[in-house]
Amino acid sequence: MTSLGTAALAVGFLTTLYAIGAAIYGAVRRERRWVDSSRLAVYGFMGLMVICFLVLEVAFLSNDFAFQTVAEHSSTTTPIFYKMTAMWSSQEGSLLLWAFVLSIGSSAVLYLTRDSQRQVAPWATAVLMVLAAFFCGLMLFSVSPFVRLDPVPVEGAGLTPLLRNPYMAMHPPMIYSGYVLFSIPFAFAIGALITRRLDTTWIRSTRRFALVAWIFLGIGLLLGARWSYEELGWGGYWGWDPVENAALMPWLLGTAFLHGIQVQERRGMLKIWNTGLITATFVFCLIGTFLVRSGVLQSIHAFGASTVGGPLLVLIGITSLGSTLLIWSRRKDLQPERRISSPLSREAIFLINNLLLVGLTAVIFWGTFFPLISEAVTGVSSSLAAPWFADYVAPLGVLLVLFTGIGPLFAWGQLSGSAALRVLAWPVALSSLTVISLAIFTDVSSSPWALFLFGFAAFTFVALAQEFARAAITRRALTGESMPVALGSAMARNRRRYGGYTAHFGIVVLLIAVTASSSFQTKEDLRLAPGQSGKVDDYTLSYEKLVVDPNNERIAFNARLAVSKDGERIGTLTPARQYYPTQDPSAGPIGRYFEGEATSEVGLRTSGTGDLWTAFQPDLAPIEEDVEAGNKALADAGPVAQGIAIVAIADAYAADPPAATFRVIWDPLVIWVWIGGIFVMGGALFAVWPTSSSRQRAEVAKAAKAAREASGSTANPGGRS
Amino acid sequence: MDPSRKRKIRLVVSLSVAVLLAAGLVYTSFSASTEAREPSEIIGSTSGSTYELTGKVVNDTVVRRGEDLRFRIRDREGSENLPVSYSGTIPDAFREGREVIVAGSLQGGVFVAERDSLVTKCPSKFTAEEKS
Repeated sequence: MTSLGTAALAVGFLTTLYAIGAAIYGAVRRERRWVDSSRLAVYGFMGLMVICFLVLEVAFLSNDFAFQTVAEHSSTTTPIFYKMTAMWSSQEGSLLLWAFVLSIGSSAVLYLTRDSQRQVAPWATAVLMVLAAFFCGLMLFSVSPFVRLDPVPVEGAGLTPLLRNPYMAMHPPMIYSGYVLFSIPFAFAIGALITRRLDTTWIRSTRRFALVAWIFLGIGLLLGARWSYEELGWGGYWGWDPVENAALMPWLLGTAFLHGIQVQERRGMLKIWNTGLITATFVFCLIGTFLVRSGVLQSIHAFGASTVGGPLLVLIGITSLGSTLLIWSRRKDLQPERRISSPLSREAIFLINNLLLVGLTAVIFWGTFFPLISEAVTGVSSSLAAPWFADYVAPLGVLLVLFTGIGPLFAWGQLSGSAALRVLAWPVALSSLTVISLAIFTDVSSSPWALFLFGFAAFTFVALAQEFARAAITRRALTGESMPVALGSAMARNRRRYGGYTAHFGIVVLLIAVTASSSFQTKEDLRLAPGQSGKVDDYTLSYEKLVVDPNNERIAFNARLAVSKDGERIGTLTPARQYYPTQDPSAGPIGRYFEGEATSEVGLRTSGTGDLWTAFQPDLAPIEEDVEAGNKALADAGPVAQGIAIVAIADAYAADPPAATFRVIWDPLVIWVWIGGIFVMGGALFAVWPTSSSRQRAEVAKAAKAAREASGSTANPGGRS
Repeated sequence: MDPSRKRKIRLVVSLSVAVLLAAGLVYTSFSASTEAREPSEIIGSTSGSTYELTGKVVNDTVVRRGEDLRFRIRDREGSENLPVSYSGTIPDAFREGREVIVAGSLQGGVFVAERDSLVTKCPSKFTAEEKS
């Protein structure tokens, strides 16, 4: 089966080379046959990538340890769900995922633009297929997912236990899909620049892909954060780790791009800026891939030394340099049609928001790469910790919330001073009231940035409520529908706008939750023996007992904590620590069950006002003697006797456990991080969903095309979608 | 004032603001950062400054006494090592032989780590370890 995979990969590589050649030849000679042929080659490439993907999935599911990557990342005891997702825990598997998603995205966009974009699409095809050739080439010549092991091992190493969490398993494909799909607007931007067809056509035919990429990347970030919160045992969801930052930066730039193109579509401005932004977004997607794969920065995510760092760096260099030169050479074609006439206009606010997002990215970039920068400047590598990031991100985030609120209130063009006062009156009044009452009745003012953020968030909520109310009232006046129905149909008629507003609502909720949970959390490390209790915030936690739960994969120690508030018992939390056996023989036949990887399962009590989060770190020192004795006595015993001994040791330990460390965190409002995130993604999904009117337009266009072809006319200048 | 002159002024003002902000960023980052060192680079030094110590956990040196975790870190390539005293969360992936980063300062020959500063590199890729 490995040879089928390798063959499909090799043919895929050749197909991409053919598609590049045919697309460029067809574009230069203006021969449609060649362009059509290159598009068909892309579809063929997709078919080959699907074969590669299926071959590897089947190998994982059928425990085919002849595949090296299967032997290293899966085992017969790995649960089915993790067998299916183990592919991307390896470098070669994630490269295949890149190529697979790229082939699907490229085919989709070329199918949708098959009758339009005659000039731009061939060049975009070439760009996309250069990327595809790059990733196929890497797999073919450097890190193949189809390496054969001989002799075939009987058992695999299994998946790293830390990765056994559904959020973890699903977040890499989300992040990768985001990274890959941003290549589509990028490729069309390059095509538009090359052919100087710099109207908004390339934007309109790829903005959905940009939005879908943004949604995937956003879901990936949320899932990764949730995994960190549940699995890593440190109690946070964001640590400004290089690899987290690597995924956040293209998302912020993509956010700027999605707003910048609205200014270009409506006002014909920011053309250089937008082409630059999409280039930067895509380059940061490549940097994100590079950071995980290269190990140049110290990160908990680093995948060890790897061979693909060098080629990726070359690709990043060529992409950024080539695009910059191309944009520069087309600067005359990218002149704005208008200039910003007043700060009281939507385009001015959008520009400010764009600058804030790019500034945020610049700060994060500087902080992330500071170890390399400082090493280049001073010769000593130094790194920046989370507080440094927070110092910059807090003010920028606060301003971002404010301008998120103002933007939709202002009209395109120019707003008179009195009109501005009228739209700002309610939001300003109610947000001032919020700030004053928060300052008087709570201790929020101990953290000034938090106070500002809550105030501006109130401003944005009022502004959004105003917009939704106005839409519903206007609609009702027009149709006589009831209020909720009117709101629904007004939203359905302009999905892009109201989807966007819903996303704004979500992001503000998310930022409120982030602010509350980072500024006002209580964190304690309690050292408790069974029977003892400790107090965190308003909660009293008592360590009741330790329960051992072994199965064929791991031994779990579950600590039972009784939670009470105001003297009343309100529940039980069971933080756990799970020990997975190591394959390392030096640990001994018994010891290997306790010396391998360990993971935390947090005990969580979630409510709308906050989470009570607990993690458990047992002290296993007392079992060392038993384990030593067991290693000696049972060295040659069968697995059954060893299993009995292990359970006996664990049970004896659990019957009288020593004091253990519990990390307990009261995290206010943290659940709203996830709820806000769902609103952001839901809003974006609402905006991207095809509307009935766009479907009607597509049908009309199709009928018109059929009519033209029937009358023998071939004229279709430029083609507009 | 004619519009092109106005635009020029606006450009100069915004560029200077950007330069000022960038200078602030550079300045604070150099003053807020902690230097990364390997054990051999700070063995014997007497200064109490804070470093990020990086290296591998020496085999058979990890001892836990209640809240206190003691172990030795050696150079990634080499055997020179330093004793470390640490308290706080121990990452799940912490093991003997793993690469770790810990922030703290040298006090009387022992590297006293800041609470919760221990980071372990995630062994997502097993191949490198098995081959070595």
